[in-house]
Amino acid sequence: MSVQALSKDEFDPASVVTSDPVVRVETISKHYGTVEALRSIDLQFERGKLTTLLGPSGCGKTTLLKIIAGLVPATSGQIVVNGRAVTGPGPERAFVFQDFALMPWATVLRNVGFGLELKGLAAAERNRIARRYIEEVGLQGFEDKYPHELSGGMRQRVGIARAFAVNADVLLLDEPFSAVDEQNRRKFQEDLLRLVEMERKTFIFVTHSIEEAVYVSDRIVLLSPRPGRVSNIIDPRIDRTADPDDIRRDPGYLDVVEEIWQSLRHYAE
Amino acid sequence: MTLFGYRIPMMASLIVWALVWEIVGRMDVIFLIPPMSAILAAGVDLVQTNSWQNATWVTIRSFVIGMALAIGIGVPLGVMMGRVKIIDNIFGLWVNIFVSAPLSALVPVLMILFGMGEATIVVTVFLFAVWIIVLDARAGVMQVPPSLIDMARSYGASQATIMRKIILVSALPEILAGIRIGVIRGVKGVVIGQILVAVIGYGELFELYSRSFDMERFWALTLVLFAAAMVLSALVENAEKRIEYYAGAR
Ligand SMILES: Nc1ncnc2c1ncn2[C@@H]1O[C@H](COP(=O)(O)OP(=O)(O)OP(=O)(O)O)[C@@H](O)[C@H]1O
Ligand SMILES: [Mg+2]
Repeated sequence: MSVQALSKDEFDPASVVTSDPVVRVETISKHYGTVEALRSIDLQFERGKLTTLLGPSGCGKTTLLKIIAGLVPATSGQIVVNGRAVTGPGPERAFVFQDFALMPWATVLRNVGFGLELKGLAAAERNRIARRYIEEVGLQGFEDKYPHELSGGMRQRVGIARAFAVNADVLLLDEPFSAVDEQNRRKFQEDLLRLVEMERKTFIFVTHSIEEAVYVSDRIVLLSPRPGRVSNIIDPRIDRTADPDDIRRDPGYLDVVEEIWQSLRHYAE
Repeated sequence: MTLFGYRIPMMASLIVWALVWEIVGRMDVIFLIPPMSAILAAGVDLVQTNSWQNATWVTIRSFVIGMALAIGIGVPLGVMMGRVKIIDNIFGLWVNIFVSAPLSALVPVLMILFGMGEATIVVTVFLFAVWIIVLDARAGVMQVPPSLIDMARSYGASQATIMRKIILVSALPEILAGIRIGVIRGVKGVVIGQILVAVIGYGELFELYSRSFDMERFWALTLVLFAAAMVLSALVENAEKRIEYYAGAR
């Protein structure tokens, strides 16, 4: 298992050119009134890879994710997805919300099929697809339950199934596991890795957990405190064929965790 | 069972009070209070009279028109206030003043504006009912989680679709609660309006019975009105209960 990380001095955004960028973030800045949330962010995201945005609270991770999603307009700069500049939400991007964003009046089946419903698919067709993804996230048997009858972890699976059901190229996940307990969280991380491998999609992931970031990511983007800037990019290069418990004990894995911890602590002081 | 746990004591206490009334009535102390049994007999009598049936028809008609206007204007206005800041700023102050204002005081003014007829009653019903409907619809729309709206947008929903599939459905419990209170206030409005105008519907009957000291019919009419108000409120409450399963869970 080889774990290699770029140190801060070596980091140069221009050198991190990727082969197949599905999403390009081009000098994005964002001001909320007088609050400068993001300053000049340049990033690229490759197909089939999971990139994590990591940084102190309030550094603009959610903001960046929503700008990529087309939910929030940038103050300057542009987002290019599959070669086209983003002007709003689009079918090639799907968002997984931190608070799940499930409709409490709708069953699991309708919630998962909601993206397809909005696309205008007939009921039979969207229910067929929704059932497939409900099964994929391990919720078969719960199709007719309502969100309040599910645990936090199960609700987030519904949110993830809904995002997968529309078959978007880019999945934007804003702290999807933050409401999930530690055991389930590990299981979710395994599931996420399985989905990344199976689906060949571009995953952009936000988390507060350094361990989680190192464990699931192909690339970690460290953001500085407000105004958010790219302060470091780290490729953990974890050998995921190893046993999950072994990975978490591996010195290489622990070194990356430590390195990220050091640079974040430097901000906390 | 909670329904019955609630209903049974209420009925029991009603019966006790009816008995007390009966006894006081039989003692013949005040002519204002005839025995309950006589009132009930007068009530059975009353509902068969032409004048009562006509008055009831007029009353229901003004009430229904007034309520339809209050709901038809109140819900959209409340929804827009909840969604659009400028509209909220324009109407917010007025709605808040009127929702707690003593509107009965306005009825004489309405009589001047709309005449001594049904139009005044309709407007009174409307004014009594509309404000709480506006405020509750607004509150319902304001509590819609922003992430639900973002979610619908992210899957490409248009503004109209978001309104129909997310905002209105999510605000439905509050909208219905507003309508229920609006209905109760509307009943007050129709009665107060008719009594103040005094020449149409129940107002005319009340005027007639109290002037001729026909206390049995006077009370019978009052009972009919109370019962009608309670039935109406129970009906809307029932509609509310049907969607409560998610209102309580969200
Ligand atoms: N709608 C908004 N209006 C005004 N300011 C906002 C808005 N949304 C975010 N901000 C501000 O922008 C900054 C970045 O917010 P954002 O939610 O993107 O941070 P974050 O990195 O996701 O934080 P956290 O880790 O706590 O979720 C914060 O200072 C926040 O106060
Ligand atoms: Mg956030």
